[in-house]
Amino acid sequence: MIFLLKEDIVSDKVKKILSFVPAAIFPAIIFPPIFLNNEGSLDLENNPKILAAIFAIIIGYFSKNIIATILAGLISYWFLIFFYF
Amino acid sequence: MNNRLKTLAKGITDVSPLMIPVVPFGIIYGVIGMELGLSAYMTFGMSVIIFGGASQIALLQLFSGGASSFVTIISVGAVNSRHLLYGAVFSEYLSHLKITWKIILSYVLIDQAFAVSNTYFKKNKENEYKHYHLLGAGFTCWIIWQISTILGIVLGSVVPEELGLSFTISLTFLALLISDFRKFKNIIVMLVSGLVATIGYTTIPFHAYIIVAALSALMVATLLTSIDLKKK
Repeated sequence: MIFLLKEDIVSDKVKKILSFVPAAIFPAIIFPPIFLNNEGSLDLENNPKILAAIFAIIIGYFSKNIIATILAGLISYWFLIFFYF
Repeated sequence: MNNRLKTLAKGITDVSPLMIPVVPFGIIYGVIGMELGLSAYMTFGMSVIIFGGASQIALLQLFSGGASSFVTIISVGAVNSRHLLYGAVFSEYLSHLKITWKIILSYVLIDQAFAVSNTYFKKNKENEYKHYHLLGAGFTCWIIWQISTILGIVLGSVVPEELGLSFTISLTFLALLISDFRKFKNIIVMLVSGLVATIGYTTIPFHAYIIVAALSALMVATLLTSIDLKKK
């Protein structure tokens, strides 16, 4: 959209704040389906999604690889729902 | 080979390695679209119209949760708001172009194309045809994204529901944040956003929880940035 603007009017501070946009929006999409059950109430006990998400975070932190993170979470989730829950 | 074609080809070769993670991402999107009961045309149409992986997956989640069109459009716009930054950065190099060029280039300017063309523009300011680099990089992304969406749609119609693939939505966004995990301020912003969304999921009307959570988190981010600027 800013393609339509002629000058570089965005200040460094705005750029800095815009860099927080993913961190500000994505968790709002991530958290509810993990922590809430189908009725919309908090589900903290025996919740395989929380454990799988923690595992994915650990893998993501060390590997810095997006696809490895998704696969780690998904595979650990399948493992948990088929063998434990 | 003339300069235009050379620059176009450079854009294509520069962006190609970045296409490797795009393929599974597109497949995930297609599979989730089918899983949530959208038609193949709708799933594919979104890839053509929106052409932005994260925002398309966010749209799927809101759509399946029954959010209104207004809230959905605002949320998708918010997820894509980082493109404002890309546009602002590129205005320095491309503001002299005709409006048709600007519209075409804005359409294909996604994360990967921005990354490679930004590097190229910095080094080749004098190249009269430097915008062909972005054209090549952008359309490579476009073609790969459409093909992988179709693969996902085909795959999604055969994958059983028991696999709980909608959990992939959370995992995908989590994976997109891995570069922020090492920054303390970003972790605070993430926690604010996640907590507000979880608490507000049932209490905030019109499924506007993403918007409210994002605004609260951005306020905290602004506060943290201001404190940081004062220190310097």
